[in-house]
Amino acid sequence: MPDTAIQDGAYNYAYLDEQTKRMIRRAILKAVAVPGYQVPFGGREMPLPYGWGTGGIQVTAAIIGRDDTLKVIDQGADDTTNAVSIRRFFARVADVATTTRTGDATVIQTRHRVPETPLKEGQILVFQVPIPEPLRMLEPRETETRTLHALSEYGVMQVSLYESIARHGRIAKTYNYPVLVNGRYIMSPSPIPKFDNPKLDRSPALQLYGAGREKRIYAVPPYTPVKSLDFDDHPFEIETWSESCALCGSKESFLDEMIVDDTGKRLFLCSDTDWCQERQGEREGAPPEVPAK
Amino acid sequence: MTGRPLLSVRELTKRFGNRVACCDVGFDLWPGEVLGIVGESGSGKTTLLNCLAGRMTPDAGSVIYDSNASGLVDVHRLSEARRRLLTRTEWGFVNQDAREGLRMGVSAGANIGERLMAIGERHYGEIRQTATDWLGRVEIELDRLDDRPTDFSGGMRQRLQIARNLVSNPWLVFMDEPTGGLDVSVQARILDLLRGLVENLHLSAVLVTHDLGVARLLTHRLMVMQGGRVVEDGLTDQVLDDPQHAYTQMLVASILPA
Repeated sequence: MPDTAIQDGAYNYAYLDEQTKRMIRRAILKAVAVPGYQVPFGGREMPLPYGWGTGGIQVTAAIIGRDDTLKVIDQGADDTTNAVSIRRFFARVADVATTTRTGDATVIQTRHRVPETPLKEGQILVFQVPIPEPLRMLEPRETETRTLHALSEYGVMQVSLYESIARHGRIAKTYNYPVLVNGRYIMSPSPIPKFDNPKLDRSPALQLYGAGREKRIYAVPPYTPVKSLDFDDHPFEIETWSESCALCGSKESFLDEMIVDDTGKRLFLCSDTDWCQERQGEREGAPPEVPAK
Repeated sequence: MTGRPLLSVRELTKRFGNRVACCDVGFDLWPGEVLGIVGESGSGKTTLLNCLAGRMTPDAGSVIYDSNASGLVDVHRLSEARRRLLTRTEWGFVNQDAREGLRMGVSAGANIGERLMAIGERHYGEIRQTATDWLGRVEIELDRLDDRPTDFSGGMRQRLQIARNLVSNPWLVFMDEPTGGLDVSVQARILDLLRGLVENLHLSAVLVTHDLGVARLLTHRLMVMQGGRVVEDGLTDQVLDDPQHAYTQMLVASILPA
């Protein structure tokens, strides 16, 4: 019996109809076969606005099954509106277990972050992508950017980094930092901080990127080299902080800066809430929760 | 002259519908030679130049280039990838309007460095040093390196465009009215600069112009076009001092006395 409606009766399993899921899976397969190449797909209207993760949600809908455990994060947090809504959406239409723990999830849909906890084989990271074309701000014509990709003419990308050094004394780009995938295609890693770029390189997890408005899917298969662009004398560097997380004391995670009162008192917190909570648990000496299986 | 021509053009024809833009054009360009193409507006000069430079595909005829890297190549039978590589390494193209040939949104240094980065140069300091050298060679103040071309005068933009093209040490440069739209004193300076660069770098060039003064100053050989056809060609001085074709005689006679 095919997966048909569950709780609501009117919807197919995982919201999209089976033909649409097939079409998206085909695009995903092609994207995995050509790492970093943007595959067009027939994006559907989803019950949330463009910019809120319509691309990511379609990719997740196409790959998710009843055995999966889903985690959704937005800027590293599990408890923000966007993350909560998408998690509830899939719990309802796809009947999947959800979690906030990175280690327990099989599918992680994310916006703007890669989890701090190292990913494992068998996990899939689904990125929500606003602008899939890394050359868009440098070359407005789609026909031309496709040609540049096809012929690997990436001088213009390097020009933008040169310009950044000339103007700011260093490469000032801090998020959506362009990467070269498998030595071939330049790819936008979506607006993750450049702090997360090294985590993409040779990651054991499969990375899928979905752009809903521009209807593009691209992918980085497990263990694929992902190199952040730089100059020999201005190598790629990630952000560092002199402070540590106010809650868990982490010095190695990506920190958000918060202003906590009107005298300008500032606090630094882990942006990855799951990572922060696990470390707080360890600090208090409590045994970590046994993963539910 | 010895050796073989750098560029060898045969029976080149380009039509737009029923309109013939250039018809049955053929010539050889030798290493170190500057060829001028003159004629009035609409005579097919620019179309011819675009066909030579691989920017437009002709309807008939061939353009054979003696590539330093890969020997004799038919420009229009090359794959797009190789043709684009050729045009940004061994060739240059100087547009009449510098805005078309420059990236107006990035600094002068980045404009000059683009070709270097496109062929794999990844050392910021060295790219910057080369860009500074070239800024000096085209007589732009070195402290303008980080300024955008939008802040440059017309003459400076044109000189920047020349530097941007010559940084990859091309063998052949196509120029489409490089001094058009500039005032006379700026023109003179750019012509001086171009003449020096062509001589010192042993460049070959194809120069399109409607200004016979520019042609006399820069070119060794001249082709006169009318209605898409070459009506006369020969050594520049010969053509200008002793024009044979009626149209050339009219052109030469229509120069205002200085």
